Amino acid sequence: MLRGRAFKFGDGISTDHIVPGRLAHLRSNLPELAKHVMEDADPTFAARVKPGGFIVAGRNFGLGSSREHAALVIKLAGVSAVLAQSVARVFFRNAINQGLPVLICDTARIDDGDELAVDLVVGVVNDITNGNKLYFSRIPRVMLGILDEGGLIPYIQKYGDFKL
Amino acid sequence: MCGVGKTLAEKILSVKTGGDVRPGDTIIAGIDLAFVQDTTGPLTIRQFEAAGFTHLAEPQKAALFLDHAAPSPNRGLANDHELLRRFARKTGCLIYDVGEGVCHQIVAESLARPGDVIIGADSHTVTAGGLGAFATGMGSSDTAVAFALGRTWLRVPESVRIEMKGRFSEGVGAKDAILSLIGQIGADGATYQALEFGGDAVAAMSLSSRLTMANMAAEAGAKVGLFPSDEITRDYLAEQGRAEHYRPISPDPDAEYDRVINLDVDSLEPVVARPHAVDNTAPARELKGTKVQQVFIGTCTNGRLEDLAVAAGILKDKKSVVRLIVAPASRRVLLVAIGAGYIQTLVEAGAVVLPPGCGACLGVHQGVLGDGEVCLSTANRNFKGRMGNPESFIYLGSPATAAATAITGEITDPREVI
Repeated sequence: MLRGRAFKFGDGISTDHIVPGRLAHLRSNLPELAKHVMEDADPTFAARVKPGGFIVAGRNFGLGSSREHAALVIKLAGVSAVLAQSVARVFFRNAINQGLPVLICDTARIDDGDELAVDLVVGVVNDITNGNKLYFSRIPRVMLGILDEGGLIPYIQKYGDFKL
Repeated sequence: MCGVGKTLAEKILSVKTGGDVRPGDTIIAGIDLAFVQDTTGPLTIRQFEAAGFTHLAEPQKAALFLDHAAPSPNRGLANDHELLRRFARKTGCLIYDVGEGVCHQIVAESLARPGDVIIGADSHTVTAGGLGAFATGMGSSDTAVAFALGRTWLRVPESVRIEMKGRFSEGVGAKDAILSLIGQIGADGATYQALEFGGDAVAAMSLSSRLTMANMAAEAGAKVGLFPSDEITRDYLAEQGRAEHYRPISPDPDAEYDRVINLDVDSLEPVVARPHAVDNTAPARELKGTKVQQVFIGTCTNGRLEDLAVAAGILKDKKSVVRLIVAPASRRVLLVAIGAGYIQTLVEAGAVVLPPGCGACLGVHQGVLGDGEVCLSTANRNFKGRMGNPESFIYLGSPATAAATAITGEITDPREVI
Protein backbone atom coordinates (compact mmCIF):
# COMPACT_ATOMS: atom_id res chain seq x y z
CA MET A 1 0.00 0.00 0.00
CA LEU A 2 1.33 3.43 -1.03
CA ARG A 3 0.27 6.41 1.01
CA GLY A 4 0.80 10.15 0.68
CA ARG A 5 -0.72 13.47 -0.40
CA ALA A 6 -1.80 14.47 -3.88
CA PHE A 7 0.01 17.21 -5.80
CA LYS A 8 -2.24 18.22 -8.67
CA PHE A 9 -1.18 19.30 -12.14
CA GLY A 10 -3.16 20.03 -15.28
CA ASP A 11 -3.24 18.57 -18.81
CA GLY A 12 -0.27 18.34 -21.17
CA ILE A 13 2.60 18.39 -18.67
CA SER A 14 5.60 17.89 -20.97
CA THR A 15 9.04 16.50 -20.19
CA ASP A 16 10.24 20.10 -20.59
CA HIS A 17 7.99 21.06 -17.65
CA ILE A 18 9.38 18.12 -15.66
CA VAL A 19 13.08 18.50 -16.46
CA PRO A 20 13.87 21.14 -19.10
CA GLY A 21 16.59 20.87 -21.74
CA ARG A 22 18.39 23.92 -20.35
CA LEU A 23 19.46 21.66 -17.45
CA ALA A 24 21.05 19.09 -19.77
CA HIS A 25 24.44 19.83 -18.18
CA LEU A 26 23.14 18.38 -14.89
CA ARG A 27 22.05 15.03 -16.30
CA SER A 28 25.18 13.35 -14.99
CA ASN A 29 24.60 15.01 -11.59
CA LEU A 30 21.26 13.50 -10.63
CA PRO A 31 20.97 14.82 -7.03
CA GLU A 32 21.37 18.35 -8.40
CA LEU A 33 19.02 17.71 -11.33
CA ALA A 34 16.35 16.33 -8.98
CA LYS A 35 16.20 19.68 -7.14
CA HIS A 36 14.55 21.08 -10.28
CA VAL A 37 11.80 18.44 -10.61
CA MET A 38 8.62 19.88 -12.22
CA GLU A 39 10.22 23.34 -12.12
CA ASP A 40 8.50 24.78 -15.20
CA ALA A 41 5.09 23.45 -14.14
CA ASP A 42 5.34 24.50 -10.47
CA PRO A 43 8.60 26.03 -9.16
CA THR A 44 7.49 25.35 -5.55
CA PHE A 45 6.91 21.61 -6.04
CA ALA A 46 10.46 20.42 -5.34
CA ALA A 47 10.47 22.14 -1.94
CA ARG A 48 6.94 21.00 -1.02
CA VAL A 49 6.91 17.37 -2.13
CA LYS A 50 7.25 14.83 0.67
CA PRO A 51 8.41 11.23 0.24
CA GLY A 52 5.42 9.09 -0.62
CA GLY A 53 3.53 11.90 -2.33
CA PHE A 54 1.66 11.44 -5.61
CA ILE A 55 1.76 13.48 -8.79
CA VAL A 56 -1.87 13.68 -9.90
CA ALA A 57 -2.22 15.02 -13.43
CA GLY A 58 -4.71 15.36 -16.25
CA ARG A 59 -4.32 14.21 -19.85
CA ASN A 60 -1.16 13.22 -21.72
CA PHE A 61 1.28 13.48 -18.83
CA GLY A 62 4.96 13.33 -19.89
CA LEU A 63 4.54 14.17 -23.55
CA GLY A 64 7.56 15.16 -25.58
CA SER A 65 11.13 14.05 -25.17
CA SER A 66 12.26 10.49 -24.50
CA ARG A 67 14.52 11.70 -21.68
CA GLU A 68 14.25 9.07 -18.98
CA HIS A 69 15.50 11.71 -16.54
CA ALA A 70 11.89 12.93 -16.37
CA ALA A 71 10.78 9.71 -14.69
CA LEU A 72 14.04 9.47 -12.78
CA VAL A 73 13.83 12.89 -11.08
CA ILE A 74 10.21 12.24 -10.09
CA LYS A 75 11.32 8.98 -8.51
CA LEU A 76 14.32 10.66 -6.83
CA ALA A 77 11.96 13.26 -5.35
CA GLY A 78 10.31 10.42 -3.44
CA VAL A 79 7.07 10.42 -5.43
CA SER A 80 5.49 6.98 -4.99
CA ALA A 81 3.34 6.99 -8.16
CA VAL A 82 2.07 9.19 -10.97
CA LEU A 83 -1.72 9.21 -11.42
CA ALA A 84 -3.07 10.65 -14.66
CA GLN A 85 -6.04 10.50 -17.02
CA SER A 86 -3.63 9.49 -19.78
CA VAL A 87 0.12 9.29 -20.23
CA ALA A 88 2.50 9.68 -23.17
CA ARG A 89 3.94 6.39 -24.35
CA VAL A 90 7.69 6.94 -23.88
CA PHE A 91 7.17 8.44 -20.43
CA PHE A 92 5.02 5.44 -19.48
CA ARG A 93 7.73 3.00 -20.51
CA ASN A 94 10.47 5.05 -18.85
CA ALA A 95 8.58 5.33 -15.57
CA ILE A 96 7.98 1.59 -15.36
CA ASN A 97 11.63 1.00 -16.31
CA GLN A 98 12.59 3.18 -13.33
CA GLY A 99 10.20 1.30 -11.03
CA LEU A 100 7.81 4.25 -10.81
CA PRO A 101 4.15 3.18 -11.04
CA VAL A 102 1.95 5.13 -13.47
CA LEU A 103 -1.76 4.64 -12.83
CA ILE A 104 -4.45 5.69 -15.28
CA CYS A 105 -7.65 6.75 -13.53
CA ASP A 106 -10.20 9.54 -13.31
CA THR A 107 -7.98 12.07 -11.56
CA ALA A 108 -10.63 14.81 -11.86
CA ARG A 109 -12.14 13.27 -8.71
CA ILE A 110 -8.98 13.97 -6.67
CA ASP A 111 -8.27 17.42 -5.23
CA ASP A 112 -4.90 18.96 -4.54
CA GLY A 113 -3.75 18.04 -1.05
CA ASP A 114 -6.02 14.98 -0.69
CA GLU A 115 -4.59 12.09 1.29
CA LEU A 116 -4.41 8.99 -0.92
CA ALA A 117 -3.80 5.31 -0.28
CA VAL A 118 -3.05 3.20 -3.36
CA ASP A 119 -3.41 -0.57 -3.44
CA LEU A 120 -1.41 -1.77 -6.45
CA VAL A 121 -2.59 -5.36 -6.08
CA VAL A 122 -6.33 -4.62 -6.05
CA GLY A 123 -5.85 -1.71 -8.46
CA VAL A 124 -7.59 0.98 -6.48
CA VAL A 125 -6.86 4.52 -5.32
CA ASN A 126 -8.58 5.36 -2.06
CA ASP A 127 -9.03 9.09 -1.61
CA ILE A 128 -9.15 9.23 2.17
CA THR A 129 -10.04 12.94 2.19
CA ASN A 130 -13.25 12.66 0.14
CA GLY A 131 -13.96 8.92 0.43
CA ASN A 132 -13.81 8.26 -3.35
CA LYS A 133 -12.51 4.95 -4.67
CA LEU A 134 -10.94 5.13 -8.12
CA TYR A 135 -10.07 1.97 -10.02
CA PHE A 136 -7.12 2.26 -12.39
CA SER A 137 -6.49 0.55 -15.73
CA ARG A 138 -4.57 -2.70 -15.82
CA ILE A 139 -0.85 -2.29 -16.47
CA PRO A 140 0.27 -4.56 -19.38
CA ARG A 141 1.70 -7.85 -18.13
CA VAL A 142 5.23 -7.37 -19.39
CA MET A 143 5.38 -3.96 -17.71
CA LEU A 144 3.97 -5.36 -14.47
CA GLY A 145 6.82 -7.87 -14.45
CA ILE A 146 9.34 -5.05 -14.83
CA LEU A 147 7.63 -2.97 -12.14
CA ASP A 148 7.62 -5.94 -9.75
CA GLU A 149 11.39 -6.11 -9.95
CA GLY A 150 11.78 -2.37 -9.33
CA GLY A 151 12.68 -1.46 -12.90
CA LEU A 152 14.15 -2.76 -16.14
CA ILE A 153 17.76 -3.09 -15.00
CA PRO A 154 17.01 -5.26 -11.94
CA TYR A 155 14.52 -7.20 -14.11
CA ILE A 156 17.17 -7.94 -16.74
CA GLN A 157 19.71 -8.79 -14.05
CA LYS A 158 17.26 -11.34 -12.68
CA TYR A 159 15.92 -12.88 -15.90
CA GLY A 160 18.64 -12.07 -18.43
CA ASP A 161 16.02 -11.37 -21.11
CA PHE A 162 12.43 -10.25 -21.64
CA LYS A 163 9.78 -12.72 -20.44
CA LEU A 164 6.46 -12.28 -22.22
CA MET B 1 -8.83 -12.66 -38.88
CA CYS B 2 -7.44 -14.97 -41.54
CA GLY B 3 -7.14 -13.28 -44.90
CA VAL B 4 -7.18 -9.76 -43.54
CA GLY B 5 -4.42 -7.59 -44.97
CA LYS B 6 -1.72 -5.82 -43.07
CA THR B 7 -0.86 -2.20 -42.48
CA LEU B 8 2.74 -1.05 -42.92
CA ALA B 9 3.41 -1.45 -39.19
CA GLU B 10 1.95 -4.97 -39.08
CA LYS B 11 3.79 -5.96 -42.22
CA ILE B 12 7.21 -4.80 -41.01
CA LEU B 13 6.80 -6.38 -37.57
CA SER B 14 5.46 -9.63 -39.06
CA VAL B 15 8.49 -9.97 -41.32
CA LYS B 16 10.80 -9.06 -38.45
CA THR B 17 9.37 -11.64 -36.05
CA GLY B 18 8.64 -14.29 -38.69
CA GLY B 19 5.05 -14.41 -37.47
CA ASP B 20 1.63 -13.02 -38.22
CA VAL B 21 1.38 -10.12 -35.83
CA ARG B 22 -1.78 -8.18 -35.11
CA PRO B 23 -2.52 -4.99 -33.17
CA GLY B 24 -2.37 -5.54 -29.43
CA ASP B 25 0.11 -8.42 -29.65
CA THR B 26 3.17 -8.12 -27.44
CA ILE B 27 6.27 -9.22 -29.33
CA ILE B 28 10.01 -9.39 -29.00
CA ALA B 29 11.66 -7.88 -32.06
CA GLY B 30 15.27 -7.95 -33.22
CA ILE B 31 16.75 -4.46 -33.56
CA ASP B 32 18.52 -3.34 -36.74
CA LEU B 33 19.80 -0.16 -35.14
CA ALA B 34 19.76 1.25 -31.61
CA PHE B 35 21.12 4.71 -30.94
CA VAL B 36 21.46 7.46 -28.37
CA GLN B 37 22.44 11.10 -28.43
CA ASP B 38 24.53 13.19 -26.08
CA THR B 39 21.76 14.08 -23.62
CA THR B 40 20.35 10.55 -23.29
CA GLY B 41 23.53 8.54 -23.97
CA PRO B 42 25.31 9.01 -20.64
CA LEU B 43 22.36 7.53 -18.69
CA THR B 44 22.17 4.72 -21.27
CA ILE B 45 25.81 3.86 -20.64
CA ARG B 46 25.30 3.97 -16.88
CA GLN B 47 22.28 1.65 -17.14
CA PHE B 48 24.21 -0.68 -19.48
CA GLU B 49 27.01 -0.90 -16.93
CA ALA B 50 24.64 -1.14 -13.95
CA ALA B 51 23.07 -4.21 -15.55
CA GLY B 52 26.52 -5.75 -15.71
CA PHE B 53 26.80 -5.68 -19.50
CA THR B 54 30.21 -5.26 -21.08
CA HIS B 55 29.60 -6.10 -24.74
CA LEU B 56 27.20 -4.96 -27.44
CA ALA B 57 25.09 -7.53 -29.24
CA GLU B 58 26.39 -6.14 -32.54
CA PRO B 59 28.63 -3.05 -32.44
CA GLN B 60 27.69 -2.05 -36.00
CA LYS B 61 24.02 -1.85 -34.96
CA ALA B 62 24.68 0.58 -32.11
CA ALA B 63 25.37 4.27 -32.64
CA LEU B 64 26.18 7.33 -30.52
CA PHE B 65 25.53 10.86 -31.79
CA LEU B 66 26.99 14.07 -30.37
CA ASP B 67 24.43 16.53 -31.73
CA HIS B 68 22.24 18.08 -29.03
CA ALA B 69 24.94 20.17 -27.38
CA ALA B 70 27.66 20.19 -29.99
CA PRO B 71 30.23 21.67 -29.69
CA SER B 72 29.78 21.37 -25.94
CA PRO B 73 28.68 24.60 -24.24
CA ASN B 74 29.97 23.75 -20.75
CA ARG B 75 31.95 21.41 -18.57
CA GLY B 76 29.11 19.05 -17.65
CA LEU B 77 28.22 18.32 -21.27
CA ALA B 78 31.87 18.19 -22.35
CA ASN B 79 32.41 15.44 -19.78
CA ASP B 80 29.31 13.63 -21.04
CA HIS B 81 30.79 13.77 -24.55
CA GLU B 82 33.97 12.20 -23.24
CA LEU B 83 31.96 9.42 -21.57
CA LEU B 84 30.36 8.64 -24.95
CA ARG B 85 33.69 8.66 -26.78
CA ARG B 86 35.22 6.28 -24.23
CA PHE B 87 32.26 3.93 -24.58
CA ALA B 88 32.65 3.93 -28.37
CA ARG B 89 36.35 3.12 -28.10
CA LYS B 90 35.67 0.32 -25.63
CA THR B 91 32.76 -1.33 -27.44
CA GLY B 92 33.51 -0.56 -31.10
CA CYS B 93 30.07 0.95 -31.75
CA LEU B 94 29.47 3.69 -34.33
CA ILE B 95 30.05 7.25 -33.16
CA TYR B 96 29.21 10.48 -34.97
CA ASP B 97 31.07 13.30 -33.28
CA VAL B 98 30.49 17.05 -33.06
CA GLY B 99 29.68 18.63 -36.43
CA GLU B 100 28.42 15.54 -38.23
CA GLY B 101 24.80 16.56 -37.67
CA VAL B 102 21.50 15.61 -36.07
CA CYS B 103 21.15 11.90 -35.29
CA HIS B 104 17.88 11.52 -37.24
CA GLN B 105 19.32 13.11 -40.35
CA ILE B 106 22.39 10.86 -40.30
CA VAL B 107 20.19 7.82 -39.64
CA ALA B 108 18.16 8.76 -42.74
CA GLU B 109 21.21 9.50 -44.89
CA SER B 110 23.42 6.60 -43.88
CA LEU B 111 21.83 3.92 -41.70
CA ALA B 112 18.06 3.30 -41.87
CA ARG B 113 16.74 0.79 -44.38
CA PRO B 114 13.12 0.21 -45.38
CA GLY B 115 11.72 -2.57 -43.18
CA ASP B 116 14.20 -2.03 -40.35
CA VAL B 117 13.20 -1.94 -36.70
CA ILE B 118 15.04 0.97 -35.11
CA ILE B 119 14.94 2.29 -31.58
CA GLY B 120 16.58 5.47 -30.36
CA ALA B 121 16.83 7.26 -27.06
CA ASP B 122 15.25 10.29 -28.65
CA SER B 123 11.56 10.80 -29.30
CA HIS B 124 12.14 11.92 -32.88
CA THR B 125 13.55 8.53 -33.82
CA VAL B 126 10.22 8.23 -35.66
CA THR B 127 11.80 10.34 -38.43
CA ALA B 128 13.17 7.22 -40.16
CA GLY B 129 9.56 6.17 -40.75
CA GLY B 130 9.88 8.42 -43.78
CA LEU B 131 12.01 5.66 -45.28
CA GLY B 132 9.63 2.88 -44.30
CA ALA B 133 11.49 1.87 -41.14
CA PHE B 134 9.61 0.98 -37.96
CA ALA B 135 11.53 3.52 -35.91
CA THR B 136 10.46 4.56 -32.44
CA GLY B 137 11.75 6.51 -29.46
CA MET B 138 12.48 4.88 -26.14
CA GLY B 139 14.34 5.82 -22.99
CA SER B 140 17.87 5.14 -21.86
CA SER B 141 17.15 1.87 -20.01
CA ASP B 142 15.36 0.29 -22.97
CA THR B 143 18.13 1.37 -25.31
CA ALA B 144 20.82 0.07 -22.95
CA VAL B 145 19.16 -3.35 -22.96
CA ALA B 146 18.75 -3.24 -26.75
CA PHE B 147 22.46 -2.43 -27.08
CA ALA B 148 23.28 -5.57 -25.08
CA LEU B 149 20.63 -8.03 -26.25
CA GLY B 150 19.92 -6.78 -29.77
CA ARG B 151 16.19 -6.97 -29.16
CA THR B 152 13.34 -5.26 -27.35
CA TRP B 153 9.69 -5.82 -26.52
CA LEU B 154 6.97 -3.99 -28.42
CA ARG B 155 3.22 -3.83 -28.40
CA VAL B 156 2.02 -3.99 -32.01
CA PRO B 157 0.17 -0.70 -32.56
CA GLU B 158 -3.18 -0.11 -34.19
CA SER B 159 -2.73 1.98 -37.33
CA VAL B 160 -4.34 5.25 -38.32
CA ARG B 161 -4.34 5.86 -42.06
CA ILE B 162 -3.71 9.43 -43.17
CA GLU B 163 -4.99 9.59 -46.71
CA MET B 164 -3.40 12.58 -48.44
CA LYS B 165 -5.01 13.66 -51.70
CA GLY B 166 -4.14 16.50 -54.03
CA ARG B 167 -1.15 18.75 -54.63
CA PHE B 168 0.61 21.27 -52.43
CA SER B 169 0.10 24.82 -53.67
CA GLU B 170 3.01 27.28 -53.76
CA GLY B 171 4.26 28.32 -50.33
CA VAL B 172 2.67 25.28 -48.68
CA GLY B 173 4.50 22.08 -47.77
CA ALA B 174 4.91 19.02 -45.59
CA LYS B 175 5.30 21.03 -42.39
CA ASP B 176 1.94 22.70 -42.96
CA ALA B 177 0.37 19.30 -43.61
CA ILE B 178 1.66 17.74 -40.39
CA LEU B 179 0.88 20.81 -38.25
CA SER B 180 -2.60 20.83 -39.73
CA LEU B 181 -3.07 17.16 -38.89
CA ILE B 182 -1.83 17.58 -35.31
CA GLY B 183 -4.08 20.60 -34.87
CA GLN B 184 -6.96 18.41 -35.98
CA ILE B 185 -6.30 15.26 -33.91
CA GLY B 186 -4.49 16.80 -30.92
CA ALA B 187 -1.18 16.19 -29.13
CA ASP B 188 -2.50 12.84 -27.87
CA GLY B 189 -4.55 12.08 -30.98
CA ALA B 190 -2.51 9.00 -31.94
CA THR B 191 -1.02 7.89 -28.61
CA TYR B 192 0.36 4.31 -28.82
CA GLN B 193 -0.77 4.12 -32.46
CA ALA B 194 1.02 4.01 -35.81
CA LEU B 195 0.37 6.86 -38.19
CA GLU B 196 0.51 5.56 -41.75
CA PHE B 197 0.67 8.11 -44.56
CA GLY B 198 -0.60 7.31 -48.04
CA GLY B 199 -2.50 8.63 -51.03
CA ASP B 200 -1.56 10.32 -54.28
CA ALA B 201 0.04 13.28 -52.50
CA VAL B 202 2.44 10.89 -50.77
CA ALA B 203 3.40 9.21 -54.03
CA ALA B 204 4.56 12.64 -55.26
CA MET B 205 6.21 13.72 -52.01
CA SER B 206 10.00 14.05 -51.70
CA LEU B 207 11.82 11.88 -49.19
CA SER B 208 12.84 15.05 -47.33
CA SER B 209 9.17 16.03 -46.94
CA ARG B 210 8.30 12.51 -45.80
CA LEU B 211 10.95 12.75 -43.10
CA THR B 212 9.43 16.06 -41.93
CA MET B 213 6.01 14.49 -41.53
CA ALA B 214 7.23 11.25 -39.96
CA ASN B 215 9.34 13.31 -37.54
CA MET B 216 6.30 15.03 -36.08
CA ALA B 217 4.28 11.84 -35.64
CA ALA B 218 5.78 12.06 -32.14
CA GLU B 219 3.86 15.29 -31.61
CA ALA B 220 0.56 13.41 -31.94
CA GLY B 221 1.79 10.81 -29.43
CA ALA B 222 2.29 8.16 -32.12
CA LYS B 223 4.68 5.26 -31.77
CA VAL B 224 5.72 5.50 -35.42
CA GLY B 225 4.96 7.60 -38.50
CA LEU B 226 5.27 5.34 -41.52
CA PHE B 227 5.58 6.00 -45.23
CA PRO B 228 5.63 3.31 -47.92
CA SER B 229 8.98 2.48 -49.49
CA ASP B 230 8.66 3.22 -53.22
CA GLU B 231 10.51 4.73 -56.18
CA ILE B 232 11.09 7.97 -54.23
CA THR B 233 12.74 5.92 -51.47
CA ARG B 234 14.77 3.99 -54.02
CA ASP B 235 16.05 7.19 -55.66
CA TYR B 236 16.91 8.72 -52.28
CA LEU B 237 18.88 5.68 -51.16
CA ALA B 238 20.71 5.66 -54.50
CA GLU B 239 21.58 9.36 -54.04
CA GLN B 240 23.02 8.52 -50.63
CA GLY B 241 25.16 5.83 -52.23
CA ARG B 242 23.30 2.86 -50.80
CA ALA B 243 20.95 1.69 -53.53
CA GLU B 244 21.37 -1.87 -52.26
CA HIS B 245 19.35 -1.03 -49.14
CA TYR B 246 16.18 -0.46 -51.11
CA ARG B 247 13.24 -2.77 -50.93
CA PRO B 248 9.65 -1.84 -51.70
CA ILE B 249 7.10 -2.00 -48.87
CA SER B 250 3.47 -1.04 -49.10
CA PRO B 251 0.40 -1.78 -47.00
CA ASP B 252 -2.08 -4.38 -48.20
CA PRO B 253 -5.14 -2.90 -49.93
CA ASP B 254 -7.40 -4.73 -47.46
CA ALA B 255 -5.46 -3.67 -44.36
CA GLU B 256 -7.57 -2.73 -41.36
CA TYR B 257 -7.19 0.66 -39.74
CA ASP B 258 -8.38 2.00 -36.42
CA ARG B 259 -9.57 4.96 -38.47
CA VAL B 260 -8.89 6.79 -41.71
CA ILE B 261 -8.32 10.54 -41.76
CA ASN B 262 -8.51 12.37 -45.06
CA LEU B 263 -6.10 15.25 -45.47
CA ASP B 264 -7.05 17.44 -48.41
CA VAL B 265 -3.68 18.74 -49.61
CA ASP B 266 -5.19 21.04 -52.26
CA SER B 267 -6.84 23.19 -49.64
CA LEU B 268 -3.93 23.33 -47.18
CA GLU B 269 -2.48 26.71 -46.34
CA PRO B 270 0.53 27.78 -44.24
CA VAL B 271 -0.07 26.73 -40.62
CA VAL B 272 1.64 27.85 -37.42
CA ALA B 273 1.55 26.27 -33.94
CA ARG B 274 1.21 28.88 -31.20
CA PRO B 275 2.74 28.73 -27.70
CA HIS B 276 2.95 26.45 -25.74
CA ALA B 277 1.47 23.41 -27.50
CA VAL B 278 2.02 21.88 -30.93
CA ASP B 279 -1.71 21.27 -31.40
CA ASN B 280 -2.50 24.95 -30.76
CA THR B 281 -2.51 25.69 -34.49
CA ALA B 282 -3.79 28.57 -36.60
CA PRO B 283 -3.41 29.68 -40.22
CA ALA B 284 -0.26 31.84 -40.53
CA ARG B 285 -2.31 34.65 -42.08
CA GLU B 286 -4.36 34.97 -38.87
CA LEU B 287 -1.21 35.66 -36.85
CA LYS B 288 -0.14 38.64 -38.91
CA GLY B 289 1.06 41.38 -36.59
CA THR B 290 2.69 38.96 -34.12
CA LYS B 291 6.18 40.43 -33.73
CA VAL B 292 9.15 38.09 -33.43
CA GLN B 293 12.72 38.74 -32.32
CA GLN B 294 14.27 35.53 -33.66
CA VAL B 295 13.73 33.12 -36.54
CA PHE B 296 15.31 29.66 -36.34
CA ILE B 297 15.60 27.44 -39.40
CA GLY B 298 16.96 23.94 -38.88
CA THR B 299 16.49 20.75 -36.80
CA CYS B 300 15.54 17.16 -37.62
CA THR B 301 12.18 18.54 -38.77
CA ASN B 302 13.31 21.18 -41.27
CA GLY B 303 17.09 21.45 -41.54
CA ARG B 304 17.48 19.54 -44.80
CA LEU B 305 18.62 20.75 -48.20
CA GLU B 306 15.04 21.14 -49.47
CA ASP B 307 14.27 23.38 -46.47
CA LEU B 308 17.36 25.55 -46.90
CA ALA B 309 16.56 25.85 -50.61
CA VAL B 310 13.07 27.15 -49.83
CA ALA B 311 14.39 29.63 -47.27
CA ALA B 312 17.18 30.83 -49.58
CA GLY B 313 14.69 31.23 -52.43
CA ILE B 314 12.57 33.58 -50.33
CA LEU B 315 15.49 35.44 -48.74
CA LYS B 316 17.44 35.95 -51.99
CA ASP B 317 18.45 39.64 -52.21
CA LYS B 318 16.40 40.38 -49.07
CA LYS B 319 17.44 41.22 -45.51
CA SER B 320 16.23 39.65 -42.33
CA VAL B 321 15.07 42.33 -39.90
CA VAL B 322 15.36 39.95 -36.91
CA ARG B 323 17.99 37.53 -35.57
CA LEU B 324 18.05 34.73 -38.12
CA ILE B 325 19.69 31.48 -37.05
CA VAL B 326 20.25 28.61 -39.49
CA ALA B 327 21.45 25.14 -38.49
CA PRO B 328 21.89 22.63 -41.33
CA ALA B 329 20.79 19.15 -40.23
CA SER B 330 24.04 17.47 -41.23
CA ARG B 331 27.51 18.07 -42.61
CA ARG B 332 26.35 16.57 -45.89
CA VAL B 333 23.46 19.05 -46.04
CA LEU B 334 25.81 21.93 -45.21
CA LEU B 335 28.30 20.97 -47.91
CA VAL B 336 25.68 20.63 -50.61
CA ALA B 337 24.01 23.87 -49.48
CA ILE B 338 27.36 25.65 -49.78
CA GLY B 339 27.81 24.25 -53.29
CA ALA B 340 24.32 25.30 -54.31
CA GLY B 341 24.81 28.85 -53.02
CA TYR B 342 22.09 28.63 -50.35
CA ILE B 343 24.47 29.37 -47.50
CA GLN B 344 25.85 32.43 -49.33
CA THR B 345 22.29 33.73 -49.85
CA LEU B 346 21.28 33.11 -46.24
CA VAL B 347 24.41 34.74 -44.80
CA GLU B 348 23.96 37.74 -47.12
CA ALA B 349 20.40 38.02 -45.77
CA GLY B 350 21.86 38.26 -42.27
CA ALA B 351 21.77 34.67 -41.07
CA VAL B 352 24.03 33.25 -38.38
CA VAL B 353 24.95 29.75 -39.54
CA LEU B 354 25.42 27.24 -36.71
CA PRO B 355 27.34 23.98 -36.97
CA PRO B 356 25.28 20.99 -38.13
CA GLY B 357 23.33 19.72 -35.12
CA CYS B 358 20.26 20.46 -33.04
CA GLY B 359 21.27 24.10 -32.55
CA ALA B 360 18.76 26.27 -30.71
CA CYS B 361 15.96 23.67 -30.65
CA LEU B 362 16.19 22.40 -27.09
CA GLY B 363 17.47 25.34 -25.11
CA VAL B 364 20.97 24.25 -24.19
CA HIS B 365 22.84 26.86 -26.25
CA GLN B 366 23.11 28.76 -29.54
CA GLY B 367 19.92 30.81 -29.54
CA VAL B 368 18.34 30.78 -26.06
CA LEU B 369 15.56 33.38 -25.91
CA GLY B 370 15.31 36.32 -23.50
CA ASP B 371 12.34 37.04 -21.20
CA GLY B 372 9.27 37.90 -23.23
CA GLU B 373 10.98 37.19 -26.55
CA VAL B 374 9.23 35.46 -29.42
CA CYS B 375 10.75 33.00 -31.89
CA LEU B 376 9.35 31.54 -35.10
CA SER B 377 11.05 28.17 -35.38
CA THR B 378 10.96 25.36 -37.91
CA ALA B 379 11.46 22.81 -35.09
CA ASN B 380 8.87 20.36 -33.83
CA ARG B 381 8.20 21.55 -30.27
CA ASN B 382 7.09 24.81 -28.70
CA PHE B 383 6.61 23.68 -25.11
CA LYS B 384 7.06 26.24 -22.38
CA GLY B 385 10.79 26.55 -21.70
CA ARG B 386 11.78 24.46 -24.70
CA MET B 387 14.29 26.99 -26.04
CA GLY B 388 15.89 27.57 -22.67
CA ASN B 389 13.59 30.16 -21.10
CA PRO B 390 10.11 29.51 -19.68
CA GLU B 391 9.39 33.24 -20.05
CA SER B 392 9.69 33.12 -23.85
CA PHE B 393 7.29 32.17 -26.64
CA ILE B 394 7.78 29.78 -29.56
CA TYR B 395 5.73 29.55 -32.74
CA LEU B 396 6.34 26.66 -35.13
CA GLY B 397 6.10 26.94 -38.88
CA SER B 398 7.56 25.85 -42.20
CA PRO B 399 10.86 27.06 -43.67
CA ALA B 400 8.84 29.25 -46.07
CA THR B 401 6.90 30.82 -43.20
CA ALA B 402 10.15 31.28 -41.27
CA ALA B 403 11.88 33.03 -44.17
CA ALA B 404 8.87 35.29 -44.83
CA THR B 405 8.71 36.12 -41.11
CA ALA B 406 12.42 37.02 -41.07
CA ILE B 407 11.83 39.58 -43.84
CA THR B 408 8.90 41.31 -42.16
CA GLY B 409 9.69 40.80 -38.46
CA GLU B 410 6.19 39.51 -37.79
CA ILE B 411 4.55 36.17 -38.47
CA THR B 412 3.87 36.19 -42.19
CA ASP B 413 2.08 33.90 -44.60
CA PRO B 414 4.84 33.12 -47.13
CA ARG B 415 2.38 33.53 -50.00
CA GLU B 416 2.56 37.28 -49.31
CA VAL B 417 6.24 37.48 -50.22
CA ILE B 418 6.70 34.89 -52.98
